[in-house]
Amino acid sequence: MLALVNETLSHYSDWSYTTATAIYVLALAFFLIEQAFGAKSRRVAERAQARQLVGAGAPAPDVETTADVPEHRAPRGRAERIGRMGVSLLVLGALLHVAAIVLRGLATHRVPWGNMYEYIMAVTFIAVVTWLWAVRKFPVRHLSGFMLLPVVILMFIGGTALYTVAAPVVPALQSYWLWIHVSAAIVSSGIFMVPGVASIFFLIRSAHDRNPERFARFAPRLPAADMLDRVAYRATVVAFPLFTFGVLCGAVWAESAWGRFWGWDPKETTAFVAWVVYAAYLHSRATAGWRGTRAAVINILGFAVMVFNLFFVNLVTTGLHSYAGVG
Amino acid sequence: MTATETPSTPPSSPYRQTPARRVLAFLRNTWRGLTAMRTALVLLFLLALAAMPGVMLPQRPLNPPKTAQYIAAHGWWGTLLDRLQFFNVFSSVWFSAIYLLLMVSLVGCLLPRSFEYIRSMRAKPVLTPRNLSRMPHFREATVERSPSDVLAAARARLKGWRTVEREEDGGARSISAERGYLRETGNMIFHFAILGLIIAFALGKMYTYEGQVIVQATGGQDSVFCNSGIYAYDSFNPGLRVDGTDLTPFCVKINDFSAKYTAAGEPTHYSSDIEYQSGADLQTGTWKPYLLEVNSPLRTAGDRTYLLGHGYTPIFTVTYPNGEKRTQATQWRPENQTTYLSDGATKFDPPGVTNAAERRTKELAITGLFAPTSFIHGGILTSTAPELNNPMVAVDVMRGDLGLDSGRSQSIFDIDQSMVADGRLKRVARQNLAVGQSITLDDGTKISFDGVQQWVSLQVSHDPTQDYVLGFAIAMLAGLAGSLLVKRRRVWLRVRPADGDGNGTVVQVGGLARTDQAGYGEEFTRIADELLTGGKRK
Ligand code: HEM
Repeated sequence: MLALVNETLSHYSDWSYTTATAIYVLALAFFLIEQAFGAKSRRVAERAQARQLVGAGAPAPDVETTADVPEHRAPRGRAERIGRMGVSLLVLGALLHVAAIVLRGLATHRVPWGNMYEYIMAVTFIAVVTWLWAVRKFPVRHLSGFMLLPVVILMFIGGTALYTVAAPVVPALQSYWLWIHVSAAIVSSGIFMVPGVASIFFLIRSAHDRNPERFARFAPRLPAADMLDRVAYRATVVAFPLFTFGVLCGAVWAESAWGRFWGWDPKETTAFVAWVVYAAYLHSRATAGWRGTRAAVINILGFAVMVFNLFFVNLVTTGLHSYAGVG
Repeated sequence: MTATETPSTPPSSPYRQTPARRVLAFLRNTWRGLTAMRTALVLLFLLALAAMPGVMLPQRPLNPPKTAQYIAAHGWWGTLLDRLQFFNVFSSVWFSAIYLLLMVSLVGCLLPRSFEYIRSMRAKPVLTPRNLSRMPHFREATVERSPSDVLAAARARLKGWRTVEREEDGGARSISAERGYLRETGNMIFHFAILGLIIAFALGKMYTYEGQVIVQATGGQDSVFCNSGIYAYDSFNPGLRVDGTDLTPFCVKINDFSAKYTAAGEPTHYSSDIEYQSGADLQTGTWKPYLLEVNSPLRTAGDRTYLLGHGYTPIFTVTYPNGEKRTQATQWRPENQTTYLSDGATKFDPPGVTNAAERRTKELAITGLFAPTSFIHGGILTSTAPELNNPMVAVDVMRGDLGLDSGRSQSIFDIDQSMVADGRLKRVARQNLAVGQSITLDDGTKISFDGVQQWVSLQVSHDPTQDYVLGFAIAMLAGLAGSLLVKRRRVWLRVRPADGDGNGTVVQVGGLARTDQAGYGEEFTRIADELLTGGKRK
């Protein structure tokens, strides 16, 4: 027997995973409360920000103007406090989440991303970390609930329908390329999730900006459209080269495992489609008439293709990637 | 084109719409349209869309039986999709058309950009704007140091930037600095690398080949495979420009195959001890050892040999009534990939029978099931694990005419069922045999199950351009990273002696982010602080 599975560690991993999911659900509730009741303090913040922006337009020589939105000092209302507690919970959840991943790896003596359950566990972790980055960099904390929603759904599906007991992987997966290729795919997919969600809000917000009657209750609570656009762009620009790197490593691995570096296997084809869609996103931002709404739609489409690649291609089609191992 | 055609525009018009001009105008407009960014975008979408049937529908090159099944199950609709090449998307006319158009668009876009790129790489940073305070980022201060000190410190601080110093009217001096030229360089590399990658990929498709073959893993005569021609393979897929006449010769000999499994029967390791000859070894007859494993193919000049799969070969000996013996080891194929329950047909020609008609009554075939770890339940043989723990066969012995000289092609795994249907091939025994057991037929012929050996299936792949594809892919990635992550920034500094008597200096710093404005605020503040104070800020 090559790799014996350590049952105790695998058990602790499962426990951490479940607890992390539960804590995310709790954080989600906190964020939704903040989102629902925190509109007032945010309006104050936005007015402060608007003043800054007015300053930016004026050619007053002594005003240090930056396009970065400054840290706003809004009065700390109750909603605000709840939001901050939500972030603390999010960090706690992320710590348990990473513990679940590490324990799984220790239990199986291999990298902990050999099947769909483990893959989803890692992707959602990266998404949470990316979101924590976004919360630090941009005033988007009150959107955390919406960001957590897909994370929690994915973790729930992963932990139930796709759950796989800890086990070694088949010979074809026993290669250091598993480490490199799959972690690049995980990190890029996790990061791509953030622009996907930010772009959805961008669409809502800009629809409202064009016609204030649309999403009249919800949209005013969202950050300004250009802020959402910037979150999406900054994250995509990091994820896209990583994704490219992951696809490239996949091709190098395929050359030594399957006899050819590219064979239009369903997984490969869908990765190609996602790559082309994200390339189109980047181009659209440099094309008059495509900036803004259309670019956001393309970004959402890109993430949809990534999700399709994970679920449809693994579960429905049969290809060389099918040994991803389900249940 | 006829010259007699009457122009539709009045003759006085300076531009006569001759057909040639119209064709020219049409071409020019097409070219402009094709190379516009918008068109490239639309083509990118079409490419993504066109690739999707490759995921949603079975593809013939990947899975021919499934494709045939799909077409049969979908009637006229399946046939229509087949005509429209939906089952071979990546060789279809429409897919090729889209990517060719995209390539044309890319070239049309790259040519003018290359000239512009060369020009911009030589250009000096732009003049310092007259009114720096109008720049998105601006700082101004009066400092104690002299203008030259401030400039000297600024030069040191702006090392790595492309700078130019200029004297201005009224005693002012300024530095224009710009950084991030690598962004454009990366962008150019990225796009040219895509072009190279596509071309190398397409050439590869012409000169590639792939062949599969099953070889016994015993180290004996039937364990040697030589890449001497198409006939040596069980199946062979050549590229358009490969006719199989000049394959690079090499030979492999498979000495054994071993697999390890978990308690649940999941494989954890496959490997095969082989020896090979290539190049000069072929003349000298030297064999070199190699451990062939999944993920670790044998690489010889121009070819790679892969371990694809494995299976079992039951060995049978037939002892004829006259005492003559014949032993056959023919591979059987796993019908269950988890337990390796296998089926097959081992065929025997009677020895010493010259009369064809008589021979056709005495051919033998041993068909049925093989189980590496046998388990018999209600008389039915099954296998419970892929390892060779307790091998057993459940065979039907068929006698008569196998159809070997019927002209029809024979499968090595099956008997010709039409011979059975015609009554020319009859079952003469059915029995389960463990190793060492035998059956005696009515005419005294004895059939014994002697043992089991393993076989491996190999794939040989040849793709002369794959290293170029990799090179272009790496260049593309590097270019992409540069083009997305490098930021273009401009900084201007203007110094002017302070008005009045003191020897102070008025310093103005302006900044502009040419890309990714969002991140420039803090960075500009830091640079401006250092320029204003003349030192490094902690
Ligand atoms: C195989 C198809 C193509 C792919 C995958 C691709 C990919 C990319 C990527 C990832 C970028 C970086 C975008 C950025 O800097 O934000 C880029 C930039 C660019 N590409 Fe392409 N490209 C392709 C074809 C083309 C074609 C056909 C054209 C010309 C019509 C073109 C023109 C440009 C331009 C002008 C930029 C710079 C955009 C900017 O200013 O940011 N590309 N391309």
